[in-house]
Amino acid sequence: MSVESKPRTTHTVTNGADILVEAMIRQGVETVFAYPGGASMPLHQALTYRRDEVRTILPRHEQGGVFAAEGYARSTGKVGVCMATSGPGATNLVTGLADAKMDSCPLVAITGQVSRKFIGTDAFQETPIVEVCRAITKHHYLITRFEDIPRVVKEAFYIARSGRPGPVLIDFPKDVQLEKTTEVVDYDPPIQLPGYRPEPRPVNMAQIKQILAAIKRSHKPIIYAGGGAINSDASAELTEFAKRTKIPVTMTLMGLGAFPGSDPQSLDMLGMHGSAYANYAVNDADLLLAFGVRFDDRVTGKVSEFATHGKIVHVDSDPSEIHKNKEAHIPVIADLREVLQALNETITDDDLPEIDDWWKQINQWRTAHPFSYRDPGNDSILPQAAIEELHRQTASRDTFIAVGVGQHQMWSAQFYKFDKPRHWMSSSGLGAMGFGLPAAMGVQAAHPGKLCIDIDGDGSFQMNIQELATLVCEKLPVKMFVLNNQHLGMVVQWEDRFHAGNRAHTYLGPVDHPEARGQGSGEIGVTYPNFTQIAAGYGVQSRQVRSKKELPAAIAEMISTPGPFLLDVVCPYQEQVLPMIPGGMTVKEIILE
Amino acid sequence: MRHVLSALVMNQPGVLAHISGMLASRAFNIESLAVGATENAELSRMTFVLNGDEKTLDQVRKQLEKILTVVRVIDFSNQNFVERDLMLLKVSTDGGKRGEVHELVDIFRGRIVDVGATHVMIEIAGQERKIDAFIDVMRPYGIIEMVRTGRIALLRSAVASHEADDDRLTPEPPPEATV
Repeated sequence: MSVESKPRTTHTVTNGADILVEAMIRQGVETVFAYPGGASMPLHQALTYRRDEVRTILPRHEQGGVFAAEGYARSTGKVGVCMATSGPGATNLVTGLADAKMDSCPLVAITGQVSRKFIGTDAFQETPIVEVCRAITKHHYLITRFEDIPRVVKEAFYIARSGRPGPVLIDFPKDVQLEKTTEVVDYDPPIQLPGYRPEPRPVNMAQIKQILAAIKRSHKPIIYAGGGAINSDASAELTEFAKRTKIPVTMTLMGLGAFPGSDPQSLDMLGMHGSAYANYAVNDADLLLAFGVRFDDRVTGKVSEFATHGKIVHVDSDPSEIHKNKEAHIPVIADLREVLQALNETITDDDLPEIDDWWKQINQWRTAHPFSYRDPGNDSILPQAAIEELHRQTASRDTFIAVGVGQHQMWSAQFYKFDKPRHWMSSSGLGAMGFGLPAAMGVQAAHPGKLCIDIDGDGSFQMNIQELATLVCEKLPVKMFVLNNQHLGMVVQWEDRFHAGNRAHTYLGPVDHPEARGQGSGEIGVTYPNFTQIAAGYGVQSRQVRSKKELPAAIAEMISTPGPFLLDVVCPYQEQVLPMIPGGMTVKEIILE
Repeated sequence: MRHVLSALVMNQPGVLAHISGMLASRAFNIESLAVGATENAELSRMTFVLNGDEKTLDQVRKQLEKILTVVRVIDFSNQNFVERDLMLLKVSTDGGKRGEVHELVDIFRGRIVDVGATHVMIEIAGQERKIDAFIDVMRPYGIIEMVRTGRIALLRSAVASHEADDDRLTPEPPPEATV
């Protein structure tokens, strides 16, 4: 008995799983989010031998694992790693891989696969996950030869982090995991990627001069900065450039934090739920400096009517983004940081535009149409005010925010001002509900001791609520700030605007409740589910607040309580995210109230 | 406008599926796609013919280049290249028409590769125009089955003489057959 329970400290035989783990460690991996199963057991065995070097965090669902790996990657810039078994374990990663592809997040996902002799036989827990994931990964591997393992791992990390980052899938058959060797393994084999050339093209000085000339001639320039500014670590350079030229800056949902959000030169977010002043300014601009963006439909609305009054400079590292949605007058395929460095080094006082009148116009717009909300005149907590209060109490700390998808996400983007890059995690391109809690969990794992908050909606929160267990068991003190309006608020907003308020499965309480048909009193009574009871069941401290007066103290309690904390903030569901440019429309159709 | 793109891709399982999936999911309309081996065992060549404006062509090319197993994409538009299409077809020779068919095959520099009691199988290669003309010529006899490879293409060397182009020797189809 005592012999059997003795911890195993020596592990001499090397198998395929050991090689993969060793190769991962050599790529700098310190944290893995991994859920085991039959086809990935050898990998988990291998991870236990290296537990001093790699922390393995067990999520409660593979989707939680992949979103956590994204939170880790988005907040650090390093490659996030997740692992799952074959079949259902692998398919549960799919949403996260699609999310990472859309938002250019560096990720390596490792899936167990059935043994090679079973591949193609519809074996137990067999899914052709490489086939499933082709279109939603940057690249993918099915390891078929033992000797390929170190090369595949080396290539996968290189691909995930270089060029435009993205997710890479490694599908790893169990028999290759178990294959043994006594030979010395070469962990630095040559890469075999003749078709992959991610090195940024050198900055073309002729183009830099063209851009500076366009800036000098412009009277109404604006910077439109996106996720590319964050992925290329160009924040400092962007800020320097903006400060030197005094050109106003608007950011996409992915770009928030690339330029300080609390700086008066920031016009906040643009697009469907962006600020009126940013959208008016982009519409009126005679020069649009599009830095690391992709002219997404949520930004442009009707793309043919977007930014038609001037020149467009488009800088992106991915050639396929240039001219994809919008023709650029000065297309620059290069690393944004290098372009901004070149601009900052080259610019002279003579190149600066005269934009005092432009700023007067912008400030008029800003004064006339700020982000705002009506005072309810009672003690109910408006979600926008709740986020403002949260920002007020956390702005002085190095706070990381993750969000789900929906109204709370847009209000967070509008009312929480991000002054630093990589502090805002949002499933932006894919819009995957359930992202917030696991992403915050990944951020917390990467930043122990930092304040990591999941601002969530009650719909999104329930999509990965099982991760409460991970927070407790893995000692990740994430704070959850759930704006609970008992509805799928964003869809409700569209129902109220465009479908005469007909509730179509957007009420999250019992179907026999009148609110399910939109016929209730409009008041929120006892909420469903009971989040504080759920939290208690998981061992998470929690509290529900309904009164505006109680909110500041409740937020303070959430922040100061050690360990995870769930603050259930009951909000009216009648609030709408404004301004709003309905899909496919233009700034002329902006809804302000 | 019609464009021909040629891509050198890594000779690995799944590459064709990846490329055809990308084309389908981005709704690019491909007229023909041919895949085959090259002088390098590690590479295959894919030849695409597509219809679309310059913007579509630009996106197809860039999206192809983004796929990691695609090593190089060459756009043949506005360049001097040779393109060929290979076809096999079975034509009815009912009613003693075998002689007539044989004569037309000779004129088009095709070959009869199989002879049955009531039909022949013909192999013919060349430019799309020539193949299309040959199909028109054979149609009155009754085409039973046919298959085409899709177009393949290579750039000419810059100094190559057009004299070497065997298509120049292809006769115009006999007038009576095209009516």
